[in-house]
Amino acid sequence: MTEKIKKNRVLVGKPGLDGHDRGAKFIAQALRDAGFEVVYTGIRRSPEEIAAAAVQEDVDAVGLSSLSGAHMRLFPAVVEALAKAGAPDIPVLGGGVIPEEDIIELKAAGIVEIFTPGTPIDTIISAYRDACEKKSTG
Amino acid sequence: MAKHPKLAEWEENELAKSLSRFPERKAKFTNHGGDEIPRLATPETIDEHYLDNLGFPGQYPYTRGVQPTMHRGRLWTMRQYAGFSSAAESNKRYRYLLDQGTTGLSVAFDLPTQIGYDSDDQMSIGEVGKVGVAIDSLADMETLFDQIPLDKVSTSMTINSPAAVLLAMYVAVGEKQGVAPKDIQGTIQNDILKEYVARGTYIFPPKPSLRLITNIFQWCGQNTPAFNTISISGYHIREAGSTAAQEVAFTLANGCTYVQTALDAGLELDVFARRLAFFFNASSDLLEEVAKFRAARRLWARLMKERFGAKNKASLMLRFHTQTAGNTLTAQQIDNNIVRVTIQALAAVLGGTQSLHTNSKDEAHSLPTEESVRTALRTQQVLAHESGVVDTIDPLAGSYYIESLTDKIERDALALIDKIEESGGVVKCIEDGFIQRQIENAAYQYQMEIERGERIIVGVNKFQIQEEKKPPLLRVAPEVEESQIAKLTEVKNNRNNEQVASLLTRLETAAQGDDNLMPFIYDCVKEYATLGEICNVLRKVFGEYKDRG
Repeated sequence: MTEKIKKNRVLVGKPGLDGHDRGAKFIAQALRDAGFEVVYTGIRRSPEEIAAAAVQEDVDAVGLSSLSGAHMRLFPAVVEALAKAGAPDIPVLGGGVIPEEDIIELKAAGIVEIFTPGTPIDTIISAYRDACEKKSTG
Repeated sequence: MAKHPKLAEWEENELAKSLSRFPERKAKFTNHGGDEIPRLATPETIDEHYLDNLGFPGQYPYTRGVQPTMHRGRLWTMRQYAGFSSAAESNKRYRYLLDQGTTGLSVAFDLPTQIGYDSDDQMSIGEVGKVGVAIDSLADMETLFDQIPLDKVSTSMTINSPAAVLLAMYVAVGEKQGVAPKDIQGTIQNDILKEYVARGTYIFPPKPSLRLITNIFQWCGQNTPAFNTISISGYHIREAGSTAAQEVAFTLANGCTYVQTALDAGLELDVFARRLAFFFNASSDLLEEVAKFRAARRLWARLMKERFGAKNKASLMLRFHTQTAGNTLTAQQIDNNIVRVTIQALAAVLGGTQSLHTNSKDEAHSLPTEESVRTALRTQQVLAHESGVVDTIDPLAGSYYIESLTDKIERDALALIDKIEESGGVVKCIEDGFIQRQIENAAYQYQMEIERGERIIVGVNKFQIQEEKKPPLLRVAPEVEESQIAKLTEVKNNRNNEQVASLLTRLETAAQGDDNLMPFIYDCVKEYATLGEICNVLRKVFGEYKDRG
């Protein structure tokens, strides 16, 4: 019997005007190497564009990256946009230059996990795996 | 042994001329023991190979520096990139930096400004005043340079796609201060090609963007001859993860593209080429970085001479600004960043930089605090006044390793430049993603080496500690967005709106044709047309560029 195992699908998005995507691209590639299917939106997407892409691509999780300091506005905006787009169950993770005190607030706003510089890639990959699996069994 | 005739020739010509115009910083440079430090050390036997590949400073191929006396004559410009929040707040920071001994300004604009959106645009939400200062109209620019005399200070502006607009505003502020455009000094980054590749603040597609750049070259040639019209930047390419040789290759390939575009538009090479400036990254591999700067200088001189036939010496010189590598700063144990920045700044100085920005230790967390910026500036001052490396020119020349590495970086970069040319040129290689892929692959490989522990980053994957104390962070107050929008509304209420509308229409008509757009933009900004209004007119005519993802 050859039942095909569904691969975890992730959308990596860059909300806002920030163009620093070295980190986003690295995460995208590292997730691919770990067996995920990854769609990268490219830079400078609005929260609504990211939510629409997540729905269209039928992803199990969304990863956001911001290094410009606009995360407090933009990350929760993506969570809201997903809910509006009828996909409140897609978990959102984020990373970037994000001060510790902001992390608590972001989590309260529905972001599942926030990664800051220096986080080992294995930690990030397993967080995505957990998020994806929780969503598909959820 | 008799002095080599070429050395004597250099001393009598380039050096003597330079010394007569600009005496060195000291009559005599000595070490602690009182021994005199030679201006320039050379091999015992000067041969053809030396003359062809190194030569003397201020002489083709400029491997040893662009000026005959280099830092013995004048130290580099200590130029700290700064700007955040409102124009008034940034103006305070600039005046603080000038008080602390910085010798040139460098303006950081917020992302909406860099992408041509007004602060009240839907796209600007959350970004106003965050990574730089918000500029919507000439009114903000007047505040930004309040009490800063534009004939005394040179200003570098990190602005690309809307560079024409910000340059026009800067010249207009100068005129209001009574400073003639010809006396304005500074640099606009104006380097759109690397925005598509690595930095992301593009607005228009490549072709109209290149037209705007050529328009600026031409207008500045006639109006602001002392202003650097472009800063062709490898910095961001390296930050995106390229290797040192790729940084040189992609930067100089972009440079060649600007030169060719300007030539195609009928501009005269030896008029505009002298105002081209460069901007490189200084990373932590000290010796490789020194070799990189030397290789870049030599390769540009050779390309300009051999491929473009430049005659004027100033057209051959690669003059560059350096910034230490932001991507090497760690969020962990941030004091270690001061050490990293010192090594990187040393590389830039040994590599013969013309100006330098040193990053602050807290920048992996947020914009730097005033205190950490001061330490970053002090790092440059210690190098300049205590380290002694500025007292003799190109001190690492002749090291077997440095020279072979300089040769290798030049060779590798040239091969990549040729490959881009064979593949249809820079614009095509951006559109099909060739250049971006090269950088991504290098970045991925580097990061995986860190992940696997093959490359040690102190405090990150080795020598970690549990940190209790959190560094103080600079926060941009959320009210900035609101008050900036209020100011913008006030400007719009107080200007001659009919006149603005008619000037914007004239700009639109001009954009549809082939005229130089600078005079039209200049007229618009003087009447307080906003950055967003001007860019929206151009968006309508030129269209917008979208990233491939």
